[in-house]
Amino acid sequence: MTPVKEKLKVDPIKSGTVIDHITAGKALVIADVLNLNPPENLMMIGVNLHSRKMGAKDILKIENRRLTEDEMNSIALISPTATIIAIKDFVVVEKRHPAIPDTISDKLICPNPNCVTNVEQIPTRFEVVDRDPVSVRCHYCEKKYAIQDVQFKF
Amino acid sequence: MQNLVSMRQVNKDEILRLIDLAAQIEQGKIKPDLSGKLGALLFFEPSTRTLFSFDTAIKRMGGNSIVMAGAGSTSVKKGESLADTLMTINQYADFIVMRHKVEGAARLATEVVDIPVINAGDGTNQHPTQAMLDLYSIFKTQGTLQNLTIAMIGDLRLGRTVHSLAQALSEFNPTFYFASPGHLQMPRYIKDELRAKNVRFEEVEDIKPIIPKLDVMYVTRIQKERFAVLEDYEKVKDAYIITPDVLTRVKDNFVLMHPLPRVNEITTDVDKERYAYYFQQARNGVFMRQAIISQLLQLV
Repeated sequence: MTPVKEKLKVDPIKSGTVIDHITAGKALVIADVLNLNPPENLMMIGVNLHSRKMGAKDILKIENRRLTEDEMNSIALISPTATIIAIKDFVVVEKRHPAIPDTISDKLICPNPNCVTNVEQIPTRFEVVDRDPVSVRCHYCEKKYAIQDVQFKF
Repeated sequence: MQNLVSMRQVNKDEILRLIDLAAQIEQGKIKPDLSGKLGALLFFEPSTRTLFSFDTAIKRMGGNSIVMAGAGSTSVKKGESLADTLMTINQYADFIVMRHKVEGAARLATEVVDIPVINAGDGTNQHPTQAMLDLYSIFKTQGTLQNLTIAMIGDLRLGRTVHSLAQALSEFNPTFYFASPGHLQMPRYIKDELRAKNVRFEEVEDIKPIIPKLDVMYVTRIQKERFAVLEDYEKVKDAYIITPDVLTRVKDNFVLMHPLPRVNEITTDVDKERYAYYFQQARNGVFMRQAIISQLLQLV
């Protein structure tokens, strides 16, 4: 499928956050993780848009929403290439490339059904063991997983 | 060291220190005094051998134990959380030895109690005291852990012992041969770790050609209880059977190890051979567990 020219499709937002350079196909995952509820947040999602740098990319524009440090870390795990842009009155006020954290507390679900975090009511914890591509190790059961095989808690 | 949960957190120096301590305890040069101390042996999953080994280690040092064998009759069955059970035991005992079928249970224990925790096996994850007693046995028979050629045979996928042992030995420039039936191969994450540390290893089907090269052969049982379908177990259970005929061309220093219990993977006529080491290996376990308890309780 040929990527669609972005300019034709996505309007600017007045205030809020633009997440650009998302790995193609990951925008919906990010929207899920950010727990965006359409009635409260006007949101535009561009999927498989043309990008000179990346070939194809996704983009997310969210009105009236600033991201926390924690949320930016989660985005880095899903799409390490993402750029997070804060917008106020149509002007870019901040541009960030979120970093992959060393540890991830209570954001992921351990895929191992026999892990203690899936048996007892305790928060999960993962250590990032590889960064490109990202893989994580469960602090409890010590199993290692590629990030795409791990579900996020919503 | 405050707890012993995973071999991942035991470095080369600590391994050698524990081996030295176990040797000194075995030789009677050090006599750790555990009198007045109480160890809680919490075996949520049944085990005779490991439980007895720990209990023997505790009693040899003059300590006492309280034992829970199987969770069937306890409050765990009534729906109590693991954390609550452990926090209660924390009020009674000086240290906890714990086996649990859930992976990560011992790690959780270290986060809810303030007394030392020893992992005696958590599901298919870790069994560090077994790895330590295996290392002690290898050291005793070979005089070193460095530059050895070791074959691991049997269930390498689900057998946690071989995972911990391979990880621990990878610090000592080993050469590994892995032989396992069908889908019971060494997991990829272990092989990735070995590759990352430049450890030489080869997966082989036929073990005959490698036997003259070996310093140690480590055989594990195909664990029936870890198969969901009995037919799958029947298909692979006899894949590698070690008899005296298999081991005719071995080196003088060669030893045959097994974590026990064995079923039929080593025939009983091997037991009388010079290289059959598995029962001494079990005996070494008591000295190593004495060393580990002494270290964690700072008795030495």
